[in-house]
Amino acid sequence: MRFGILIFPGTWSDTDCYHQVKTVLGQEADYVWHRQESLAGYDCVIVPGGFSYGDYLRAGAIARFAPVMEALSDFAGNGGLVVGICNGFQVLCEAGLLPGALMRNAHLEYRCQWTNLRTERIDTSFTTRCHPSQSLRIPVSHGEGNYYADDVTLNRLETNGQVLFRYCDDDGLANEAANPNGSARNIAGIINERGNVLGMMPHPERSCEPLLGSDDGNLIFLSLIDNVG
Amino acid sequence: MPVTKEILDEIALSQAEYDMIVDRLDREPNPVELGMFGALWSEHCGYKHSRPLLRFFPSRSPRVLSQSGAENAGAVDIGDGLAVVFKVESHNHPSAVEPLQGAATGVGGIVRDILAMGARPIALLNSLRFGPPDSSHNRHLFRGVVEGISWYGNCIGVPDVAGEIYFDQSYSYNPLVNAMCVGLVSSDRLASAAAGRSGSVLLLVGADTGRDGIHGASGLASRTFEEEQELRPTVQVGNPFLEKVLIESCLEALETGFVTGIQDLGAAGLTSAAIESAYRGRRGLILDISQVHRREPGMTGYEVMLSESQERMLLVTSPEHVADVRQVFEKWDVPCKEIGQVIREPQAHIMDGEQGIAQLPIKHLTEAPRYRLKGQPSREQLVRQQLNISDVPLPDNGVDDTLLRLLASPNIASKRSVYQRYDHQVQTNTVAGPGGDAAVLRIKGTEKAVALTIDCNSRYCYLDPYRGGQIVVAEACRNLSCTGAEPLALTDCLNFGNPERPEIYYQLEWCVRGIARACRVLGVPVVSGNVSLYNESQGQAIYPTPVVGGLGLLEDVALRTGSAFTEEGLTVFLLGQSRFRPRSSDLAGSELLAEVHGLALGRPAISLDLEQQVQALCRRAIQQGLVASAHDCAEGGLAVALAESCIPNSVGFRAGPVLSRLPNRWDCSYFGERQSRIVISVRPEHAQQLRALALEAKVPLLELGVTGGPTFHLGSHADLPISEIADAWEGGLQRAMASPA
Repeated sequence: MRFGILIFPGTWSDTDCYHQVKTVLGQEADYVWHRQESLAGYDCVIVPGGFSYGDYLRAGAIARFAPVMEALSDFAGNGGLVVGICNGFQVLCEAGLLPGALMRNAHLEYRCQWTNLRTERIDTSFTTRCHPSQSLRIPVSHGEGNYYADDVTLNRLETNGQVLFRYCDDDGLANEAANPNGSARNIAGIINERGNVLGMMPHPERSCEPLLGSDDGNLIFLSLIDNVG
Repeated sequence: MPVTKEILDEIALSQAEYDMIVDRLDREPNPVELGMFGALWSEHCGYKHSRPLLRFFPSRSPRVLSQSGAENAGAVDIGDGLAVVFKVESHNHPSAVEPLQGAATGVGGIVRDILAMGARPIALLNSLRFGPPDSSHNRHLFRGVVEGISWYGNCIGVPDVAGEIYFDQSYSYNPLVNAMCVGLVSSDRLASAAAGRSGSVLLLVGADTGRDGIHGASGLASRTFEEEQELRPTVQVGNPFLEKVLIESCLEALETGFVTGIQDLGAAGLTSAAIESAYRGRRGLILDISQVHRREPGMTGYEVMLSESQERMLLVTSPEHVADVRQVFEKWDVPCKEIGQVIREPQAHIMDGEQGIAQLPIKHLTEAPRYRLKGQPSREQLVRQQLNISDVPLPDNGVDDTLLRLLASPNIASKRSVYQRYDHQVQTNTVAGPGGDAAVLRIKGTEKAVALTIDCNSRYCYLDPYRGGQIVVAEACRNLSCTGAEPLALTDCLNFGNPERPEIYYQLEWCVRGIARACRVLGVPVVSGNVSLYNESQGQAIYPTPVVGGLGLLEDVALRTGSAFTEEGLTVFLLGQSRFRPRSSDLAGSELLAEVHGLALGRPAISLDLEQQVQALCRRAIQQGLVASAHDCAEGGLAVALAESCIPNSVGFRAGPVLSRLPNRWDCSYFGERQSRIVISVRPEHAQQLRALALEAKVPLLELGVTGGPTFHLGSHADLPISEIADAWEGGLQRAMASPA
């Protein structure tokens, strides 16, 4: 399987994602510069975390205008698998590839901490390796991860089964205490209607080796590899 | 033109120093030249008062790859063809004036020091000190500094993995913000800051040059000050996004192999970067400042030469490779301007287009005067050292209340509310992050890991600079040893008051001597450092604060050990002590005295030989796989160390007979801060092996109790639910910060 990993100026999870898919999982991977105009040949494109262009205006607001984003839109439109992590999720929302927006954390502080994510579906390209409702230990690291959408949109996401991960406590309950940033309905990750684009605030690439505290993030990458074949 | 006292004051030079300049040049310097002297002869750049003392430090070991002071940071060989580069630096005065930007640009500055060694920055640490949180101004400084580190560090993608935070009255209005950065580089790719062959081209890359930070080195860092508002324009403003892009573009430029020298623009900006790289290469240079890209029109040559605008680097390359290097920066949209060239004659010719604005021999600028003063301990210090236990009453409320009070005190309480605002995981190397004795980072592609810590107990240094200096080194190395890592090298940041006062110079000299002595006994060199003097406000000097950053190496990351009890049924030992007999030095400078009695008294003690043996035994036991947890006994003493080991995994502790029945001075035994002690837990089947090892090494060992049960139990003295001690410790800092005042 071949991964393309986008780099905008200010991206910083690019090398972490590369290490994960290439070194840990032995897949093919390339870095894709933000000025590149084609994504041909990739099975999955990762939009990694960081502060693209500094995110001084609003997270992801400038990156959406990068040349590679048009190619990404076409790639997703043709059913290509896309994973936006952290800043990547913000970019996908800004670009209209996913609904909703990510606002400043409700407590107004940056948060780097471990979270538990309840897997809401296991029949997507991203979660076939998970058990039903499996709780994944994956960390967050962001200042603007507070997922927001209006009620109509949120209800539609729920009805369509587009909510893929929710912050939950040790018992799997998606309650306020387990919510690190004030996200609506404890949403940590969503997919598009077609089911080929995932955006999530937590960092699965940081939890793929037991040495680092958890390897639950691997389940997402291994699911992708299974589904591409 | 005769120089006025006002002009000299502005650039912090004395009349005698001015006369020395005139003497060396055989003429009066023009204003630009005088500004350059002021910057380079400042304490920050020229180390006027500290350099004669710094030579006491051992700076070599078979692993040290750099000559101390010759480059921007120290480099240490960790095997496998890799070197770790690290340094700590202060940004105290800017943070006092504008805490958010001051702290942020402190992070940015130290990262560029590491970048200038050709290394990728892989970790940040910080050591912070503030006045007590019951003052709204101190809380404002604290919040601003934490926000600044969080904002800048998170954006540049370098994990912030460890740190320390202390509060004491002496830091009111004069907070200390010391930032440390650690980098990793192939040993054969270490970069140099030296200017290289004559004819080489100087490239200025990164941010536009603006009017910010002029006189940062001479004005802020080299004088005490009262009217902070006046100084706001001298504080620099950071752009972390540009820093991130600068890191990537500079590393990519170095990859081309065409960059022969690289130097960051820090204190004193272009002046110090250019002059110091020429000096290191034993060359001269011609600079044309009309080529410097600027943020605003109308800047004078003086302003361009002394601006401390952030996120700038100076690169040296040969004329035929300028295009190759420039191409990298174009890719990253980073401005890159040719601003001068290296010449053989060791002179600095500063031009503004066709017009010469300064012409000076390099060595006159770099050879700042050195002052070896005579220090003398203050009478107060000698009085303070007198401490008799019988004059100190036992705390009124018993062991349990005293423990809860200490756990909740801002100096001891958990710092999670701070470090959860720093990304400590990016780059996916963080095996043990903030909150333990030392951070542990794996080195990808090897079995190895490095351990990192930053440490200082300034109250000990205040009470006895020589012993305090020794203890700083001992504790830093002990923190590393508790993870199983062998201490390899240290970096130091010497924060002191005005050295022109004999009692302050005495503190500086004897802390340095104490550090040097401990370094020799423990076998660790000091490979880099920084000095911050004149830390005074309202006539009060800070506690002498020689912060030490430590680097340790674990050959096998699988053998690392954490500070928390991992399970029930472990046998808990104290390494370094065999019985409880109260001594007055146990309480000297302790948190107990400070927090409960409001006193800073006594004379701390340490035996460096015992320290060395205890640490070696701890590492040996860890390497043999005997140890489940190891935690340094530090502030708050044994009871606090035990409680801190219980809290992370909610594992209880039950004291055995020795610890349950203590002599009447339980305050000394439970909360005294006797040095050279480590709390370790082992599986019962390993207890005998540990005893044998200790006997063989002649290291005192004492069985304290077992882990397990729902409480923290110290015989009849205390029996507290783990949730209660956890709540005190975890919420202490936030409660202190929330107190209205």
